[in-house]
Amino acid sequence: MSDVISSSFVRRDLLAERPAPVKTTGFIGLMRTRLFNSPTNILLTILGALLLWFTIVPSVKFLMVDAVWSGKDRAACLAENAGFAVGACWPYIQAKFPQLIYGFYPEAERWRVNLTLLLAAILLLPLLIPRLPAKGLNAGLFFVAFPVVAFFLLHGGGIKGFGLSWTAGLLQLFDESIVGAGQALLTSSKTSAIGPLLWVLGSLIALLGTVIHWLIFPLTWLRDYIQGTGQSVWTDFAVTAAIVCLITFVLGGGVRTGGRALASSIATFIAIAIVIKLMDLDHGGLPVVTTNLWGGLLVTLVVSVTGIVTSLPIGIALALGRRSTIPLIRIFSIAFIEFWRGVPLITVLFFATYMLPLFLPGNFTVDGLVRALIGIALFTGAYQAENVRGGLAAIPRGQSEAAAALGLSWWKTTSLIVLPQALRHVIPNLVNSFISLFKDTSLVSIVALFDLLGSLRASFADPKWSTPSTAFTGFAFAGIIYFMFCFGMSRYSLFVEHRLNAHRRN
Amino acid sequence: MSEPIVKISGLNKWYGEFHVLRDIDLAVQKGERIVICGPSGSGKSTLIRCINALEEFQEGEIVVDGIELGPNLKHIDAVRREVGMVFQSFNLFPHLTVLDNCTLAPIWVRNIPKKDAEETAMKFLERVKIPHQANKFPGQMSGGQQQRVAIARALTMNPKVMLFDEPTSALDPEMVKEVLDTMVDLAEEGMTMLVVTHEMGFAREVANRVVFMDAGQIIEANTPNEFFAAPQHARTKLFLSQILR
Ligand SMILES: Nc1ncnc2c1ncn2[C@@H]1O[C@H](COP(=O)(O)OP(=O)(O)OP(=O)(O)O)[C@@H](O)[C@H]1O
Ligand SMILES: [Mg+2]
Repeated sequence: MSDVISSSFVRRDLLAERPAPVKTTGFIGLMRTRLFNSPTNILLTILGALLLWFTIVPSVKFLMVDAVWSGKDRAACLAENAGFAVGACWPYIQAKFPQLIYGFYPEAERWRVNLTLLLAAILLLPLLIPRLPAKGLNAGLFFVAFPVVAFFLLHGGGIKGFGLSWTAGLLQLFDESIVGAGQALLTSSKTSAIGPLLWVLGSLIALLGTVIHWLIFPLTWLRDYIQGTGQSVWTDFAVTAAIVCLITFVLGGGVRTGGRALASSIATFIAIAIVIKLMDLDHGGLPVVTTNLWGGLLVTLVVSVTGIVTSLPIGIALALGRRSTIPLIRIFSIAFIEFWRGVPLITVLFFATYMLPLFLPGNFTVDGLVRALIGIALFTGAYQAENVRGGLAAIPRGQSEAAAALGLSWWKTTSLIVLPQALRHVIPNLVNSFISLFKDTSLVSIVALFDLLGSLRASFADPKWSTPSTAFTGFAFAGIIYFMFCFGMSRYSLFVEHRLNAHRRN
Repeated sequence: MSEPIVKISGLNKWYGEFHVLRDIDLAVQKGERIVICGPSGSGKSTLIRCINALEEFQEGEIVVDGIELGPNLKHIDAVRREVGMVFQSFNLFPHLTVLDNCTLAPIWVRNIPKKDAEETAMKFLERVKIPHQANKFPGQMSGGQQQRVAIARALTMNPKVMLFDEPTSALDPEMVKEVLDTMVDLAEEGMTMLVVTHEMGFAREVANRVVFMDAGQIIEANTPNEFFAAPQHARTKLFLSQILR
């Protein structure tokens, strides 16, 4: 080598590989490059270690080392009997476990809860694993069939009619409320200053009601006739199945292409028939367990799963409504979102439980749990709407223009192009809301529903297990359960996010 | 002369108070290639976006293949099925693969079975010379490739007219050629094309007519030879002197 800097250079011998002069790999390397490489990092490392020391060690000590693992009552968990300062009192959890899971659900019927949870797991797990096939059928089973089956399993009871009776009943209710409104107008026309106008309006509405009454008369007549026969459920079922199959056949394209639609609707009805038969729904079904007996983790799961599953569609609808060009829809959506976001969940639950019955007509009652469910779904829906709106705003206008230029309608553009992209952008926010919903379900305990936390606190009152560490043990247990569910959701959402955003990696 | 496939008459459009298109009259024959040029903000994009109803307009009439598109924008869907469009910024759907980008509209608008749609899509992807990348996502491709996919995507709907809004101006110079070549091929197959572009070489080679716009009006329209050799209007001369240095 010469000192002269020459402009041309050709390498003669290739350089051999050498190990790095300081260790940059392995544990030593990690310490050197990440933990102790600068004064600030040394300080942070020491602080971190101290923090771990002061949190992990006492927790392990409380939960495991100093814990009492077996016993029949509070005596086992008292320091004077155990001979040391007692940490967690696990026998208490063991004794209260059924109450924490099922609440006051009758012991003989608890298999129904287990079966429901098992069904949910069987249907949900394959839905969560992307590789498995038949997602459409699976989703249909989980989102449509499962809630119905779960209702009859958990709540019990049977059916007296089927589609035809229900349709007839609904239409009749609708018709009666129209006639009622007409009548009310007619009565007030006698005293009002604009009497004649009200009278005309009232007569018109009453007339409309009468017309509807005669229009639906064949249906109600058929209903009454079917109810008269001994086999009302099955006759109704057969009639409904025939009508629905015919409709899907015609809509599916008739003889030419309707075969598939016909086959799938027949299969659906056969499945429904099997479920009805299996659960004996035509003969009153399982014994009724009213929702005020439900409790514990069961209520927590029912409330949170229903909330999660219903709030997303509500949120999507509201978010789209908020961006709509139709003023009425936009104003409604904005008002709705802002209202629900403006009131605390406790107020919503309180209102739904104690005030709503005062406003509803006397003969119209809604179950307490259902009221709480609706309140939570709408409340979370409003939050999800804002999350989804954030995603929608991130989609460039060119996307929907390109779709429109290809001839896609607004609905198809939204569901195939805009929403899939928007939702992918906001998966973390959506799951964030799901997690906070899951934890907020504990608020239902203020409206006399005993969720996991409510059941736990109820169990504190039992003198048989009152020890200094009972409450700590209980809360630690509840905390672990909540954490498992929330952490699970969080990890799963990361997985989904990673997978669905494959197109953003190069 | 036969009935023109696109006929714009008395078209006027305002953005609020701003009169962006003024009395546009333009007839395009079947198989004709028209290049529209003009300074920035002259309304070129707005004009071609009116043709497939991406923009509404207040006065006048546009007839595409006998389908009338008035100010009330009836028959939007019918017109959009006849007209394909390629955008400056590609606007591919980033969450779908190249193949899905090309089959989406045939499947969901024309109700073509998935298998047939995929066959057709592959045919068009071959024509734009990217059949091997059918399973990639748009984000994994170069700008030139993306724009060619966008052209293939528009072609899968068998449009009678293709609109191009500055298809090459978002591209690096070396990719401009591959996209222009694709467009030349398309022109040679007899596609009716309306192209907004500043690629004057393309205009000379391919166009039947060059239309020059300024301030929302058509200032001059002529064959490329006449247009470049002997521009008539002072603004055209100024524009050409700036663009052809
Ligand atoms: N949504 C809108 N609202 C108001 N004015 C607009 C809107 N879109 C475009 N304009 C105006 O209309 C005029 C014409 O716009 P257009 O995009 O058609 O121009 P262009 O000729 O395509 O220009 P460029 O070469 O820059 O693309 C411009 O002055 C622009 O500012
Ligand atoms: Mg433009």
